[in-house]
Amino acid sequence: MAEPKTKYDRQLRIWGEQGQTALEKASVCLLNCGPTGSETLKNLVLGGVGSITVIDGSKVESGDLGNNFMVDESSVGQSKAKCVCQFLQELNDAVKAKFIEEYPEALIQTNPSFFSQFTLVVATQLVEDSMVKLDRICRDANVLLIFARSYGLTGLVRISLKEHTVIESKPEHFLDDLRLNNPWPELRGFAETIDLDVSDPVAHKHTPYVVILVKMAQEWAKSHGGKLPTTREEKKEFKELIKARMTAIDEDNYREAIENSFKVFTPRGISPELQQIISDSRSEIDSSSSDFWVMVAALKEFLANEGGGEAPLEGSIPDMTSSTEHYVALQKIYQAKAEADFLVIDQRVRSLLKKIGRDPSSISKATVKSFCKNARKLKVCRYRPIEDEFSSPILPDLQKYLTDEDYSVAGGFYILLRAVDRFAANYNSFPGKFEGVMDEDISRLKTTAVGLLSDLGCNGVTLTEDLINEMCRFGAAELHAVAAFIGGIASQEVIKLITRQFVPLSGTFIFNGIDHKSQLLAL
Amino acid sequence: MVESTVQQSRSRDLDKLLLRPGNLVGPNFEPGPGLREDLKEYVRVLVVGAGGLGCELLKDLALSGFREIEVIDMDRIEVSNLNRQFLFRLEDVGKPKAEVAARRVMQRVAGVNIVPHFCRIEDKELDFYSNFSIIALGLDSIEARSYINSVACSFLEYDADDKPQEETVKPMVDGGTEGFQGHARVIMPGITPCFECTIWLFPPQVKFPLCTLAETPRTAAHCIEYAHLIKWDEVHSGEAFDPDDPEHMKWVYDEANKRAELFGIPGVTLSLTQGVVKNIIPAIASTNAIISAACALETLKIASGCSKTLSNYLTYNGAEGLHTKVTEFVRDKDCLVCGPGVLIELDASVTLQKFIELLEEHPKLLLSKASIAHRGKNLYMQAPPVLEEMTRSNLSKSLYDLMGKIPKDVVHATGTTNKNDKKTSVLRKLRVVFKGVDEITDMETAAGGA
Repeated sequence: MAEPKTKYDRQLRIWGEQGQTALEKASVCLLNCGPTGSETLKNLVLGGVGSITVIDGSKVESGDLGNNFMVDESSVGQSKAKCVCQFLQELNDAVKAKFIEEYPEALIQTNPSFFSQFTLVVATQLVEDSMVKLDRICRDANVLLIFARSYGLTGLVRISLKEHTVIESKPEHFLDDLRLNNPWPELRGFAETIDLDVSDPVAHKHTPYVVILVKMAQEWAKSHGGKLPTTREEKKEFKELIKARMTAIDEDNYREAIENSFKVFTPRGISPELQQIISDSRSEIDSSSSDFWVMVAALKEFLANEGGGEAPLEGSIPDMTSSTEHYVALQKIYQAKAEADFLVIDQRVRSLLKKIGRDPSSISKATVKSFCKNARKLKVCRYRPIEDEFSSPILPDLQKYLTDEDYSVAGGFYILLRAVDRFAANYNSFPGKFEGVMDEDISRLKTTAVGLLSDLGCNGVTLTEDLINEMCRFGAAELHAVAAFIGGIASQEVIKLITRQFVPLSGTFIFNGIDHKSQLLAL
Repeated sequence: MVESTVQQSRSRDLDKLLLRPGNLVGPNFEPGPGLREDLKEYVRVLVVGAGGLGCELLKDLALSGFREIEVIDMDRIEVSNLNRQFLFRLEDVGKPKAEVAARRVMQRVAGVNIVPHFCRIEDKELDFYSNFSIIALGLDSIEARSYINSVACSFLEYDADDKPQEETVKPMVDGGTEGFQGHARVIMPGITPCFECTIWLFPPQVKFPLCTLAETPRTAAHCIEYAHLIKWDEVHSGEAFDPDDPEHMKWVYDEANKRAELFGIPGVTLSLTQGVVKNIIPAIASTNAIISAACALETLKIASGCSKTLSNYLTYNGAEGLHTKVTEFVRDKDCLVCGPGVLIELDASVTLQKFIELLEEHPKLLLSKASIAHRGKNLYMQAPPVLEEMTRSNLSKSLYDLMGKIPKDVVHATGTTNKNDKKTSVLRKLRVVFKGVDEITDMETAAGGA
């Protein structure tokens, strides 16, 4: 294996060394290695996942050659799991690849403890009954689970696990943490050393906007009983005041100050989303609490005490027009405050750990530091058990999905993907799988779908004839392009779960290959 | 079950869509075995780019019923491609991407024929591109997209009422990715917006002002760009900076470090230096797979009509949850590229030489060093030297004569123009009308008859 750093360079720029290490430690199990499953694993093997185990009991048929790139002419008649595994190994010899020639349904039935050895299971092309059973097994064993299915021009991806917490959610657009609405003494002190009315024009146009805004906000507060601008008129007036301080029209720093003045107006304190996490019952910790919740408990204490309602400072500033000297000085002031906040939280984490009977050093300083830096961006994702969703979906939402113009095709496919499984359970094959019985299958599928909707309590909602016909026309086909799309999404979600970075999808992703108006259904 | 006794076809799954009628399908859908065979025999797909998207596209198309595929790419395989360009292995590093990709797919998918072209897209003549039924783009540069777009749009002909003639529409499917984000779009020149109609979707990259680099650096990137853009030229008089030379990169990194230390700026690393200097776009296998799959599926739908087509732009973002959105953009009716063309009125006496000079001054074109083609025939080629020499004698002839004395017709001009301070290759469609030639023709005919 040559130069893994170079080989993985383009992805290391996304999830870093830490993410890569997590990926390389993970063991992933794949159930069924048709194109949906094979394509999922292909993307993970390329990225350097630790190990893969391919489970499939079928032999390669000539029909598989038309939709699966991991098998070829010489594979016909051989174990599909073996052939797929062989090809995948060829892609990256750093990955440990093995296969088991067995039907996943049988394994789920007879050997549930088998799954506990894996970090994550990707279950493809499973029918409802097996999905429910596997979900129970994986939840009990704390194994991450992703379902993926391709079916004609539709398909789905659904994550199932109890709880997934994310520190590094890495949102693309997130308000920077400048604290302009609530500056701490050192920042105010620094601003005081700078004269906005400095006569040297070069110095004037290189005063960073952070300083301009801190000073202007202070001036405003002085003449407004300690309050910052809140009404539209006040905000406008505040911007006019900034504009009036310009001494030349090309002063980018003043333009930036006006553009960023909303950062002065934003309310102090934490976001409703973070408030929700703080108020979560899991933040009442005991010896069984995860590191994440221990740190949340520390954060909660910090907010109530040293933080004065503010989360620990992130400590980095965006680039802005400034002299090098001022910019570097500002950077140091933000970093120092972030470091001070970290030390307080770190201390609190240690005492909390002691209190719940854990080794006070069991959470690394680096983890606490990352937690502090990302405190405003924490994410908690929870997923309903599949069984609950299947037996009692959130009815008003389901009704909405089935009738709303933007959602109705995806909603219809959601119901039909379940109806075909009922159909298969009753008639031993999927609708439209064989030629010559299309009309009969269409009417049977329709009856099945109506029955399902009524069982769910969704009376009075009908699916369009066109969509039912289309579902029969698909005849359970696994088209390569659809499988590559679904497999691509499944692998992306695997990476997000394993690296604990970014935010995994919530609800069920329903692919609409007709016009690409796919949707996420939260049921 | 009955299935095992029936002779199975390789297109077991695809047949469901190609052989069965449906209600949610394209307007010209004619299901049946004939359609399946037509896809194999008559539909020729060109894949532009054999990188992250191109590798996926070739696989996806080969497994979507297409048999006649060609691929064009000028690059050679690098180690950093291997985390996503799954048709390449470590031992392939240094070989042309197009050739290796074509061979690998043909090895695995029996019956498919993929012709590789290891060259620049500009090296091919228009005729090459006109041979394909659909062009699928897997590119990472705006310039290359723009060029292929102009080529595909050059085939478009309008009727007397300025309605596009259907048989001249060359469909394109375009994909692009960056990290967890991407887009897939369908371009039907003359019917849906072309790349140029919505060029604003790709804003030019923001560059750092030179005075910031020279006088008030604040970030690690400023220090790196100072070393790369200013210091390099000061020290290496005349020697061009080569981003692929590790020694050059190391030099820039060291210089950037010195500058960062001088100003107390943190964060200069070799990885960041490479990223800034080479403008590296982060890329992962999954996003490429998703976007290519969407493009391949649209290619299949356009070619077969087996379902509706994407109308017309899909954006994808998988970083925070999962967001997909379809937007129906509208055409720019004055588009210079997919519109009816730039009208140019000329005297019949204007020579080709003069015509080329006119294009340079034309405010809508500003096209320098133009090569001119008319109905697939090269009237003048600036390069390569052999063709230049062969066509040079045309320069002194009148364009009217060279075009076969047709009073008005379309010619194509390829040249360079300045876009965002960058020289870009472009192809423009020109509607040439000769002033007063109708009467002259009549008089000549009359004289001849007398």
